[in-house]
Amino acid sequence: MADISIRSVRKAYGKDEVVHGVDLDIYDGEFIVILGPSGCGKSTLLRMIAGLEEITAGEVAIAGQVVNQMEPRERGCAMVFQNYALYPHMTVAENIGYALKVAGMAKAERIARVTQVATSVGLDGMLDRKPGQLSGGQRQRVAMARAIIREPRVFLFDEPLSNLDAKLRVQMRHEIRRIHNRIAATSVFVTHDQHEGMTLADRMVIMNKGTIEQVGTPEEVYDHPATTYVAGFIGSPAMNFLPGRISTAGRAVVLEGGARLDISAAAALGHDGLLVQVGLRPEQIAIAAPGQSGLPVRFDFAEELGSGRLYHFLHEDLPVTVHSDEKRRFAPGEPATLTVPPVAVHLFDAQTTQSLTAAAALAEARARVNA
Amino acid sequence: MRRAYFKNNWIAALVVAPQLIIIFVFFYWPASQAIYWSLTLEQPWGGGNTWVGLENFRTVLSDPVYWSSIRVSIIFALASTALAMGMAMILALFADRQLTGYRLYRVGMIWPYAIAAPAVGLAFRFVFNPNAGLFSFINTIAPETWNPTLNGTQALIMVIIAGAWKLVSYNFIFFLAALQSIPRSLTEAAAMDGAGVLRRMRDVQLPLLAPTFFFILVINITDSFTDSFGIVDTLTGGGPARATDLMVYKIYSDGFRGFDYSGAATQSVILMGLVIALTFIQFRYVERRVHYT
Ligand SMILES: Nc1ncnc2c1ncn2[C@@H]1O[C@H](COP(=O)(O)OP(=O)(O)O)[C@@H](O)[C@H]1O
Ligand SMILES: [Mg+2]
Repeated sequence: MADISIRSVRKAYGKDEVVHGVDLDIYDGEFIVILGPSGCGKSTLLRMIAGLEEITAGEVAIAGQVVNQMEPRERGCAMVFQNYALYPHMTVAENIGYALKVAGMAKAERIARVTQVATSVGLDGMLDRKPGQLSGGQRQRVAMARAIIREPRVFLFDEPLSNLDAKLRVQMRHEIRRIHNRIAATSVFVTHDQHEGMTLADRMVIMNKGTIEQVGTPEEVYDHPATTYVAGFIGSPAMNFLPGRISTAGRAVVLEGGARLDISAAAALGHDGLLVQVGLRPEQIAIAAPGQSGLPVRFDFAEELGSGRLYHFLHEDLPVTVHSDEKRRFAPGEPATLTVPPVAVHLFDAQTTQSLTAAAALAEARARVNA
Repeated sequence: MRRAYFKNNWIAALVVAPQLIIIFVFFYWPASQAIYWSLTLEQPWGGGNTWVGLENFRTVLSDPVYWSSIRVSIIFALASTALAMGMAMILALFADRQLTGYRLYRVGMIWPYAIAAPAVGLAFRFVFNPNAGLFSFINTIAPETWNPTLNGTQALIMVIIAGAWKLVSYNFIFFLAALQSIPRSLTEAAAMDGAGVLRRMRDVQLPLLAPTFFFILVINITDSFTDSFGIVDTLTGGGPARATDLMVYKIYSDGFRGFDYSGAATQSVILMGLVIALTFIQFRYVERRVHYT
């Protein structure tokens, strides 16, 4: 059992605080992805779990035991580094077997284990090579094997795929997930790539500037983003944002310029007159003929995606992107109307950036699952 | 792949010319002169020289005093190199771990290199002085024990320490730079793999230092053969009883005090040959064991 509990953890370099009180519970055997832009403190958080970085304040516990004062080797974590960090003067076999050697395992036994693990990640026949003679993908496998061979309670990954080309990245992603399923260790995976995060995670943690914005399954985070930050960060193409004001009586949100969008009753309740950011996902918007009720827009330009098309419109000079499978032709400046189902209208308090809709919708969704 | 940085050869020639002229004036010209003198017999008070072939070499190499000088030189070179490299390595490992005050200490370590060899010798003359120096405490505990002006072994130890001290700072700079160029993630990976501080130094840092180690080895050995004149001159003058009469010092004393120009030139050629041979051996046999990454 290796659940990880992180309590009010802070990290400061000198006077510079970069992680501002993080609370997080990671369950045994779970695949957690920490997602956020570069510099938001993901690596720092991971390294505090690993023991490579001192914890300024707060507490990290692994399997119920506080590890703040423990050396990395006592924590039972294995880590895969972004640049692989293979020992350049050792062969592949020596790299993989180093932890066992340090632990004092007999040579024969060690070789047997190294061979077995190397085979399991597809490194047969490479054992005598030096890291410098391997391709990026092979190095990645050595780094994985080096982590696997220790049979750790916790796997830590710090952007392990970011140095690979796109195709290999997908392939290694699948392999990491398979290995996780096979080994049943707890995995914490740091990335800035939302696609990687969405596809790998059981649950994901969205970080921004040293704090956690939201924790949830990829589906929850996508369907019910808790803040404008998460809403804008998750989803590609990014969510459209338009400023507006709630009108409870009309069960609608009134946009600048007077256009109205219907919203679900729950969201509107008790927020009459509140200034909001209206979030619309490009893939949940439909294009209708001009003059219908909805969002009046003018066509700007389109981008072909192959599987669909991105239509860029302007509403009162604000860009609105629509992702649609329909192939349609518009002349530049041509008017159209965009319609959105009320449940797909995300509302965020303009001041606090918190979602008005997510909490209720999430509770409802979870209740449905549990029922 | 052909590199086309210089379209015109004369520009290239112009760029390398100063270097070539300097090498010619300060190495090839004196070296060829020394070889010429070593094959002739020079009159001490001028008046021409006569061709004697290898006669000078025969004389020098059959002189037991010269062989003793070779022996002392080799002991000096090996001991001072080992001492200087060992000390510099330990200091660099500490500095790399950023123990408190390492910044100051890093700057402090560089200064000794800027001090000329005779000044080093003079400083150590005070340190090792049997009556007033730091080492005189040995004599207050056990009288008459420390006296490098009479005891040859002690004199050699003194010269070795002074010679090593001169090299430590230079070595330190290189070792520290090499240590800092090792990616932090490598030592971190080793820490995750369960290795403690000393184990990481042994298994990860030291092996990756090998190219620097080799470079420093060649430089230090060469340096201790050729650049120890000032120390010997100020500390011992080659004595007592030739116990510290290093080859390079003997060249000076034979040539300028004994006025044996041909003998000195011959010794210079032998020393040059020895240094070239040693460097060659190091490149041939030590470099092979170096991991370049
Ligand atoms: N050793 C350090 N000293 C000072 N600041 C650091 C150090 N390491 C990281 N930081 C700062 O901490 C912040 C978070 O860094 P990091 O955790 O590496 O971000 P991420 O992995 O999300 O890109 C950054 O602003 C970075 O500049
Ligand atoms: Mg990072």
